[in-house]
Amino acid sequence: MSAHAINAPTNRQKWVAGTLVIVYALVTMIPLAWIMLTGFKSPADAISYPPKVVFEPTLEGYVNLFTTRTRQTQEFLDANPPENWADEIVRQYDMVIVGPSKFGERFLNSVIIGFGSTFLSVFLGTLAAYAFSRFKIPLADDLLFFILSTRMMPPIAVAIPIFLMYRNLGLSDTHLGMILLYTAVNISLAVWLLKGFIDEIPREYEEAALIDGYTRFQAFYKVVLPQAATGIASTAIFCLIFAWNEYAFAVLLTTANAQTAPPFIPTIIGIGGLDWPAIAAGVTIFLLPVMIFTILLRKHLLRGITFGAVRK
Amino acid sequence: MSDGTMDRVAKATPRRVARKIRGLSDRAIAWIFVAPTIFLLLAINIFPLIWTIQLSFTNYRANRIGREVKNIGFRNYERILTDSDIWLNMQATAHFLFWTIFFQVLIGFTLAYLINKNFRGSPFWTTVIVLPMMLSPAVVGNFWKFLYQPQIGLFNYIVSFFTGKDPSSFEMLGQVNLAPWSIVIVDTWMWTPFVMLICLAGLRSIPDYIYEAAEIDRASKLRQFFTITIPMVLPFLMLAVLFRGIENFKMFDLVVQLTGGGPGSTTELTSINLKREAFEKWRTGYASAYAIILFVTVFGLASIYVKALNKVKER
Repeated sequence: MSAHAINAPTNRQKWVAGTLVIVYALVTMIPLAWIMLTGFKSPADAISYPPKVVFEPTLEGYVNLFTTRTRQTQEFLDANPPENWADEIVRQYDMVIVGPSKFGERFLNSVIIGFGSTFLSVFLGTLAAYAFSRFKIPLADDLLFFILSTRMMPPIAVAIPIFLMYRNLGLSDTHLGMILLYTAVNISLAVWLLKGFIDEIPREYEEAALIDGYTRFQAFYKVVLPQAATGIASTAIFCLIFAWNEYAFAVLLTTANAQTAPPFIPTIIGIGGLDWPAIAAGVTIFLLPVMIFTILLRKHLLRGITFGAVRK
Repeated sequence: MSDGTMDRVAKATPRRVARKIRGLSDRAIAWIFVAPTIFLLLAINIFPLIWTIQLSFTNYRANRIGREVKNIGFRNYERILTDSDIWLNMQATAHFLFWTIFFQVLIGFTLAYLINKNFRGSPFWTTVIVLPMMLSPAVVGNFWKFLYQPQIGLFNYIVSFFTGKDPSSFEMLGQVNLAPWSIVIVDTWMWTPFVMLICLAGLRSIPDYIYEAAEIDRASKLRQFFTITIPMVLPFLMLAVLFRGIENFKMFDLVVQLTGGGPGSTTELTSINLKREAFEKWRTGYASAYAIILFVTVFGLASIYVKALNKVKER
């Protein structure tokens, strides 16, 4: 046996470890899988006892999520045959589709505010991170700590004056207001993460460029930026996920115009209470992008969640 | 790609402006780069914080515009610190903090230890395990509410399947004795992967030769675990606890969606209580004082903790 292998796990250990981890992974996926299945159930199947694992899938939840419907008389229904498959699904409850629901709008708000704030925080964050990484800034450590400490405040604690401030400035319930707010929250993460990524780019590259007659600016965007591309991309995804998931500010500062999906989804009401298949459908659509991003991000995950403190 | 755009921007920039930019010293560039960030944080974080401090000494109510605002000194603070209900909220928060961190560290470390055995497919399963922590806490709270429904909920069904209890005989979210645990379960489900990832990084940072040396000294596996593995992972573990501690002290979205603070006020964590005071009862001045107390508490605890963490790291 070579010296290197002294502490290597035996096959049996690996097998036991693997089994335990896989069991945990499968158990932890049950809630997610269940909510995704519920999206394809009829309301009756969704609340049946015992819970149904095998059922006839239907797109009713998704139709209900995206539309508003009204009940109609039998004569009206007979006179107007269903126009499409979605209409047909609704007909079994003697209803017709009268228009789109608010979910589409709320989802679009999430997209606009998410991308807007991500762009801003990454843009400002890259500039600040570059400066912190390359130049001597007086009190740099204090400034960096100040930037981080803003993240420790409970959102509700800052929400009170922001609510008042936005009311005075006319920023309540606007996209711009939410974009600025999420940028302010995200920028600490962006600066800390990007500083780590830029620190890893050897200074020699820029110095060579400067000697070749590049200005600082040119060296920054022609040499440093391309090198930092992966770091910038993963930082952007982290900012996007945060803005996408945020709830506390959204529920306090928006009511209609700029409301994002998280405060909206739980309020979806069906006939006689919460419409669980529609909520489940909304949850599924809302969570899928984040799950895909997580898979893309898996190599940088650790760094992102610890503000760059642990780099692996 | 960025080269092309940048070149075009550079060409479109009038010469005089361009020369100005080029002529900038490093020092000027540094300030231009940092200033927007600092400005934004001052406007949206520090200014509101100062405003909160100022409001905390008044009896201001945000829903009554035009009413005279009186300066009442430390009265708000006195009232909060002597209010027994608020101490109950603090207790609920402490219960939540302690048990979530306890379970997350226990399960998270175990998982990391197992994954570190590098079995076949471990990267794939790690990614699967990590998924819950990236999701929106409010939405997670919302769909766990569905799982916790008595009679129809999957959680009750599974519990009754294994224990033989009637699934409609208990309500996770509606019973005073169960509700505090219902939020601990969901938070643990969601955030154990976080602790796991950090522990895994810690385990992987231990160089092989330390174990080899221990092996030569004939230290038992158990001894190696307690004298090498645990101390080497400890700084990482403490970092994970710091993050979870701060996050869970601020906890709002997940719990508000799950229980809304109920039943009664058994799961009314301080953030939820604060939201009630500020945005439902509109006692703005009072809530501001409350916010400051919470902020000082987090900040104080976190700084003491960071000092301890640094000591462990130095060892």
